[in-house]
Amino acid sequence: MSTITLQIVVNGKTHTVEADPATPLLYVLRDHLQLNGPRFGCGLAQCGSCTVLMDGNAIRSCSIPVQAVTETEITTLEGIAQDAESLHPVQQAFVEEQAAQCGYCLNGAIMAAVALLRRNPDPNDEEIRNDLHGILCRCGAQARMIRAIKKVKG
Amino acid sequence: MIPQTRRNFIKTAGSLTIGFSLGGIPLFPGVFSCSGEIPDTTRSSSSVNAWLEILPNGNLRVFTGKIEIGQGIRTAIAQVAAEELNMDMEKIEVVLADTDRTPNESYTSGSRSIESSAMSVRHAAAYARQKLLDLAAKRLNTSTDDLWIKNGKVGHKNDKKTVSFNDILGGHQIEDEVNLEVQLKPRADRKVIGKPVPRQDIYDMAAAAPVFVHNLRFPDMVHARVVRPPAYQANLKEADETALLQQFPKLLKVVRNGSFLGVISKDEYTSIRAQEFLKENTTWTVSEKLPDIKDGGLPEYLKSLPAKDETVVDKGNISKANADTSWIKASYFKPYIMHGAIGPSCAVGLYEADQLYIWTHSQGVYPLRETLSGMLNMPMENIHVKGVPGSGCYGHNGADDVTADVALLARAYPGKHVRLQWSRHDEHAWEPYGSAMILEPKARLSNSGKITHWEYDLWSDTHSTRPGGNPGRLLPAWYLDKPMTDNSDGYFGGASRNAEPYYRIPNQQVHTHFFHGPLRISALRGLGAYANIFAIESFMDELAEQAGKDPYDFRLMHLDDPRAKEVVEKLHKLTSTTSHPEGTGLGIAFSRYKNNAAYCAIAARVAVKDDNDIQLQKMWAVIDAGETINPDGLKNQTEGGMIQSASWTLKEEVTFNTQHITSRDWNSYPIFRFDEVPEVEVIIIDRPEAPPLGAGEAAQGPAAAAVANAVYHTCGKRVRRLPVNKYIKM
Ligand code: FES
Ligand code: FES
Repeated sequence: MSTITLQIVVNGKTHTVEADPATPLLYVLRDHLQLNGPRFGCGLAQCGSCTVLMDGNAIRSCSIPVQAVTETEITTLEGIAQDAESLHPVQQAFVEEQAAQCGYCLNGAIMAAVALLRRNPDPNDEEIRNDLHGILCRCGAQARMIRAIKKVKG
Repeated sequence: MIPQTRRNFIKTAGSLTIGFSLGGIPLFPGVFSCSGEIPDTTRSSSSVNAWLEILPNGNLRVFTGKIEIGQGIRTAIAQVAAEELNMDMEKIEVVLADTDRTPNESYTSGSRSIESSAMSVRHAAAYARQKLLDLAAKRLNTSTDDLWIKNGKVGHKNDKKTVSFNDILGGHQIEDEVNLEVQLKPRADRKVIGKPVPRQDIYDMAAAAPVFVHNLRFPDMVHARVVRPPAYQANLKEADETALLQQFPKLLKVVRNGSFLGVISKDEYTSIRAQEFLKENTTWTVSEKLPDIKDGGLPEYLKSLPAKDETVVDKGNISKANADTSWIKASYFKPYIMHGAIGPSCAVGLYEADQLYIWTHSQGVYPLRETLSGMLNMPMENIHVKGVPGSGCYGHNGADDVTADVALLARAYPGKHVRLQWSRHDEHAWEPYGSAMILEPKARLSNSGKITHWEYDLWSDTHSTRPGGNPGRLLPAWYLDKPMTDNSDGYFGGASRNAEPYYRIPNQQVHTHFFHGPLRISALRGLGAYANIFAIESFMDELAEQAGKDPYDFRLMHLDDPRAKEVVEKLHKLTSTTSHPEGTGLGIAFSRYKNNAAYCAIAARVAVKDDNDIQLQKMWAVIDAGETINPDGLKNQTEGGMIQSASWTLKEEVTFNTQHITSRDWNSYPIFRFDEVPEVEVIIIDRPEAPPLGAGEAAQGPAAAAVANAVYHTCGKRVRRLPVNKYIKM
């Protein structure tokens, strides 16, 4: 394992990091940039806890090496709102619907929903369910999350 | 760093501290101790284990030993205190589990948080109000009847005079215990209790605030990983450390203690790679294999194990029932299932100057401290355990074990915060599971279709092996140079939770048969209630059919308790006034959790496709949990409980071979995904006059039976073995 210097764009800012280029993006975001949104759930691309946006599309940061994102723009849960004081409409809807229990999976659900609404501003029930297939929630808060996402019309 | 103790924490200004009891003590005036004055350094009354503190700025702080596990306890506690003291929610801080700051409240489990803690806090807050009014009355030279209290101020009803709490306390630190009859705010005046107050922590989580133990970061923190053995019973023969260090020269430390093997590095990914490398480059001897069980043979195998038999219910006369009259019989089976937290267990530890500081999402910081003290052979006073929220756990999962891992690693690498998060494989393969159970009811019906006789046999392993001071129950302790093991039984009693039906049956026996099964076991949401209610409520449906009755009517025929009847009737109304699509079927079930907590009736609607694929469309619950503190919190827990239970019921089963667990990730242990989750609807019957009842586990059992019954009513297949999706095809 040897480290190199890489530049990545996260939430609109360019960061220079020293890392093994094979390091999954998740650890760079969490450990180098101290971000809280993306979380480790499986490291196997099975649960979606680590979801971030790459050029606006939802990807699993646990399963993509940091070197593969240097030419892209990464957005995390921290970066979707207009500014630090406000919430993105999806975040707002999740709060209003109280769409969480423990909340560990919340990052994945919100980020996947943001990506979905960007492509499809008025998704129906089935489209939401199919699109969030990759996000696991063990507390059973999915029904609330679906309600929250439906509230946000693009 | 030295954590603040409670004492030096409050000895800063005038304050009023009310000690009270949290825990299983009935919440009626007069039961609190009457010790009067409390000495400065020690509490005289052993029943005082929580504090509520009025601060000079008029804010309130509540110390409780509970931990937030997604059940919204922080909000419920703040709500009841806000109610009694007429305070805005923002003025209330709730301090959760911390061995340096909060009382010893043992474990946060069994749905009792709201039932016990919130009610105790409410009494303490009401007592504080009384006390503040008394002090203010003296100061204003008037009677308490003429005073009002709001947001840290007391005022006179007839003139504009007000005094702040700070004035009232006059710089004194007053300590008292709840020791008088406490008058709670009358029902008609309540403004906060019973309202769907939103949880602040949901905002924080949605806004990416560092809520979880997983998000703790300290300067120079290092990352560890532990290399688990290939089997429960295994010894580490050789670990190629030279090759390891060649490959990973930046590793800070390799920790080996007997067969316990861990790595520490500055960089998290390096530790992960080193863990993977060691998995391939270590040799182990497996001293004991798991039993070789052919697919589907688990119930027979478990039944063949030596068992401890006991009769736990014996009513009327069963033996007089003629051997030749017909008994209706059935046998049900629930496999091992897992907690399956979405975030694998995580902890942080720091060992410095003989002191060990721990951050954990364990459900019991005090019992964990005691157990760590035993494992490390360290005085308890030198261990400081702070509870921090984690991923939802639903019982005793890997939280205590990962903390034990971190304690061992931090002690071997002093002076730095050591963080460890388990891998997905670690969590899936090493957490303690909910026990497999075999349930065999039989019954006789009268000519009019009433149940006259009921006999029920259940086979189960234990239902709790929480550490509770016993180091042999901490996973890494098994592998130390001087291994610690646990040969005790744990809490078998959990197996017979809800084993006795809540129905009027004159002649009844319940027999339990306890075995020690092959897998590691502990408490999972609802303990034995999930499987018992699945069996009893499936069987009630079978009996209803034999008796030629409608499933609703048949249950109502056997219920006496009017509150039980009401949830069933309300559900009936709900499902009969809803139109259901062609080709679908409904199933229902009822239970009163623990036979003394919340009442819950659940209906499920399914469609079953030609190839026996089940589509769970919708679930309804009617729940009566006594007085509702936060209706949205109760709904959230009940919705989540139904969805989780339906996932257990349709899909889940821990699998193993002779070596170890084979369901080691979300592909080999699938749970519900978004496209499988049913629509859910929850109706609450609020009873402001009745005590609040624990409800977090009330939906698990009836949800399971409702799903299985719905499958039967849709396609005619009675699936008695879980998971339903698998066994409907066999
Ligand atoms: S942590 Fe990336 S998908 Fe599970
Ligand atoms: S809210 Fe707990 S995992 Fe989704």
